[in-house]
Amino acid sequence: MRPYPDICKLTIVALKAALESGELTSAEITQAYLDSIAAQNETIFAYLEVFAQAARKEAAQSDERRHAGKALSALDGIPIAVKDNMLVEGTKCTCASKMLADFVSPYSATAVEKLRSAGMVILGKLNMDEFAMGSSTENSAFGVCHNPWAFSRVPGGSSGGAAAAVAAGMAPAALGSDTGGSIRQPASFCGVVGVKPAYGTVSRYGLVAFASSLDQIGPLTKTAEDAALVMGVIAGHDRRDATSDATLSTDFVPDMLPTLDGLTIGLPKECFGEGLSMPVYHSVQAAAEQLRAMGAKVVEVSIPSLPYALSAYYVLSSAEASSNLARFDGVRYGYRVKEYADLDELYRKSREEGFGIEVKRRIMLGTFALSSGYQDQYYSKAQQARELLRYEFGLALESCDALLTPVAPTYAYKLGEKTADPMEMYMGDLYTVPANLTGLPTVSVPCGVAEENGELLPIGMSLLGARNSLKKLLSIASVYEREVKPNAGLHPYEHLCKGGDRA
Amino acid sequence: MNWEMVIGLETHVELNTKSKVFCTCDTAFGAEPNTHVCPVCMGLPGALPVFNEVVLHHAAMAGFALNCHVHHRSRFDRKNYFYPDLPKAYQISQFYRPICEGGWLTVQTSAGEKKIGITRIHIEEDAGKLVHDEVSGTMLDMNRCGVPLIEIVSEPDIRSAEEAVGYLRKIRAILTYIGVSDCRMNEGSLRCDVNLSIHKPGEPFGVRSEMKNLNSFQSVERAIQAEYERQIAAVEAGEEIVQETRRYDQKTGKTSTMRRKENSADYRYFPDPDLPEVRLTDEDMALIVAAIPMLPDARREAYMKDYGLSAYAAEQLTAERWLAEYFEETAALAKSAVSAANLLQGEVFALVSARAAEAEKNGQPAVEGRKSLPISPENLAKLSDLMADGRVNSSTGKKILGALFAEDCDPEVYAATHDLFTVGDDAVLLDAVRRALAESPDMVESYQKGKLTVEKALMGKAMAITRGKANPERLAELLHSQLKQ
Repeated sequence: MRPYPDICKLTIVALKAALESGELTSAEITQAYLDSIAAQNETIFAYLEVFAQAARKEAAQSDERRHAGKALSALDGIPIAVKDNMLVEGTKCTCASKMLADFVSPYSATAVEKLRSAGMVILGKLNMDEFAMGSSTENSAFGVCHNPWAFSRVPGGSSGGAAAAVAAGMAPAALGSDTGGSIRQPASFCGVVGVKPAYGTVSRYGLVAFASSLDQIGPLTKTAEDAALVMGVIAGHDRRDATSDATLSTDFVPDMLPTLDGLTIGLPKECFGEGLSMPVYHSVQAAAEQLRAMGAKVVEVSIPSLPYALSAYYVLSSAEASSNLARFDGVRYGYRVKEYADLDELYRKSREEGFGIEVKRRIMLGTFALSSGYQDQYYSKAQQARELLRYEFGLALESCDALLTPVAPTYAYKLGEKTADPMEMYMGDLYTVPANLTGLPTVSVPCGVAEENGELLPIGMSLLGARNSLKKLLSIASVYEREVKPNAGLHPYEHLCKGGDRA
Repeated sequence: MNWEMVIGLETHVELNTKSKVFCTCDTAFGAEPNTHVCPVCMGLPGALPVFNEVVLHHAAMAGFALNCHVHHRSRFDRKNYFYPDLPKAYQISQFYRPICEGGWLTVQTSAGEKKIGITRIHIEEDAGKLVHDEVSGTMLDMNRCGVPLIEIVSEPDIRSAEEAVGYLRKIRAILTYIGVSDCRMNEGSLRCDVNLSIHKPGEPFGVRSEMKNLNSFQSVERAIQAEYERQIAAVEAGEEIVQETRRYDQKTGKTSTMRRKENSADYRYFPDPDLPEVRLTDEDMALIVAAIPMLPDARREAYMKDYGLSAYAAEQLTAERWLAEYFEETAALAKSAVSAANLLQGEVFALVSARAAEAEKNGQPAVEGRKSLPISPENLAKLSDLMADGRVNSSTGKKILGALFAEDCDPEVYAATHDLFTVGDDAVLLDAVRRALAESPDMVESYQKGKLTVEKALMGKAMAITRGKANPERLAELLHSQLKQ
């Protein structure tokens, strides 16, 4: 049997080929990942729970199916891990919160059902910021997650566990959720690909809601092509989600274009100004040059209302969250305080003790923004800003095939570096929130590394396009990956063998 | 000048769809607790609402039937508050853009016809039910969570308890006519909140109080009267009326403070991001309008005009759609609509209420609607004709009706097999008269002495001899002529 590091650095495309040729079995692949998790999770803490036994069983069943010529899909037998805010029937769904520490899912999310019907093997549930609120996975009630590139640094968030798992070779793919950048920013911090599909592409049924009008499920993978394969499994109209959009295309397989001739890439000037760190600025500008060299026309565009995006996002997402999280009241399920004098105290204490500080901060912010007397000033104004942004992005995309921006203003920062100042943490979402406010699809692709005190830290670029353009964005990303090979040979998963006992 | 009461009503009506408004759970009343539930109506994490379009159809039809402007587009909002019977801690409702606005209905009162405005009708979901048990404590039944409701908000046009009850009866009549609700107050499918203030005519309205969840016409009437008197007494004692929610206690007949305005919740309404805007096209609307049956007011007019019924009879027979339809079917088959109406309103209604009283006494469930009348319109029409033609008289008619209630059958066949046709044969009748006279010589003597009232008793005897089958007019004639001889 091949050692697990050999297997864990393979892309899904490669795993798929190995399964098809019989070179590898799902059991071997799954075991390799379980070994990888066993070796690394204590250090990285990407997983909150590992379904080792169930995964082995699913893998064996997949091998039987494939052997009988009855594979359920091209990805039958490929393992995947799921952020712990998506329900997998019969297993805990904690949202990394004390509030749901013992909550067992009575049903499965549509996206999870789709993984199952494709025959994919679910490895376990991934660490995250509590209820997906945060940008560093430091808000997990069960322990912080570490960046596999530099253990003293954050993996980003809120899908930090998902990005760290893929970057460390602890899963070939992961499902994350993105409300304001929660897939793309950790993907950027961990040097992997992250996709935030257009709103309505993937069903939200069974995703524990943070901000319903912004939430989307998407994949984190090693490459854009891998992401397209996973998207093909999880996308599609779902009658259980009224916001799921039947008109969106479900074909994501990238065209392997020889050049980028005829494509126009826009650089919103508002995304390259104050607040952007120099290494990120240079990496993304260099990427723009490379895209130009591959034949794309690169132009400067303007989104004048972009400076309002962050405020609008924090008002709207918190307002919706304050309502979505009200159901966690200690009455029917979830954390309930042991002693209480009356109903009011049951509510108050259960929520006080069950929620972490960041979640409470957002609930209070959102409750305030919706309060009578303040709603016009905050919630309604934020909706107006959202409309304005939709209009301005639409206008920019009339002349551009994609907009290129940084994913985050910085690369991964140190654990604890920004926890004291929530405002500074929020500022990090500046470039990612517009995609959620506008509902547009966006791909985060590695585009370089910064070096700090001998540590290599990945940097990501973001490609955003029109509502139905995810296939095109993934095509551009694939061509870029093919030509530039960003971070080639540098990823932690390619260095699994370097560590002492991993040799 | 007298104090005038000013009333606005908020009426909650459960729509009779098969499944709930945002999931596919059954809406049937009276199931075992927590058997009609799913992740959506239990508000479990990750569950999402999907709108049941039948609710839209029903709400729009209610809007058209109540003369509202029905909007092409409406939207759902969340009403946020904490209560154990509300599993999501918000109720999905329509606050900013309700489906219907600006309607009206008319009520008949002792003072004549009165038009009452309707401000709006919006769609919302029902909450669950808390069941208080001394042993187990408070328990929660979530079967009602997500049952579709429409809330009908009236203008403050109502000026008396009579008008308020008339308004509610009319709402019930119209909604049951169009078939969108059963409007059963005892099952909570029609509930009412009363907003009441007092003022002197010509002066501005006073501060209003609200009384919630009144669930019978009688408690609406009594609560209004009690609250009206309380407010007058308070104002005349120099007290200020405060805006508040009050509870009406059926036992004491008094209202008491439940919640003051300053303590009322801020519901933080905002558009529900899980639900897209709801749309009705012109074609949808045309289909809905076309499906609205003739409503009670129009039918009442038609009965008076086409069948020659009295206003009272027409009002009675149009009170419920099933009854009106039953009557119309019967009238169409009967030779005389008026006879059919008389039979229905008289003997048939009497039997129905007697049976209902009997059932109640025995603790059996009430049989309502068409099922309470177990006779086919064909058979009732035949009986009506037999009676109108004098082929059975009223007493045998009653006997046959009783038999039909027990087992529906052709009254003509029944009368024949039980030998119940009116006897009109003079020889037979004369024989009966003679036997009656022969059996009661003392009565005959009294009659001859001038005590003319014994004729009635003798008539009864003669009728009894025919076993009630005699044509009463002919029998009376023969008796009279025999007595005169």
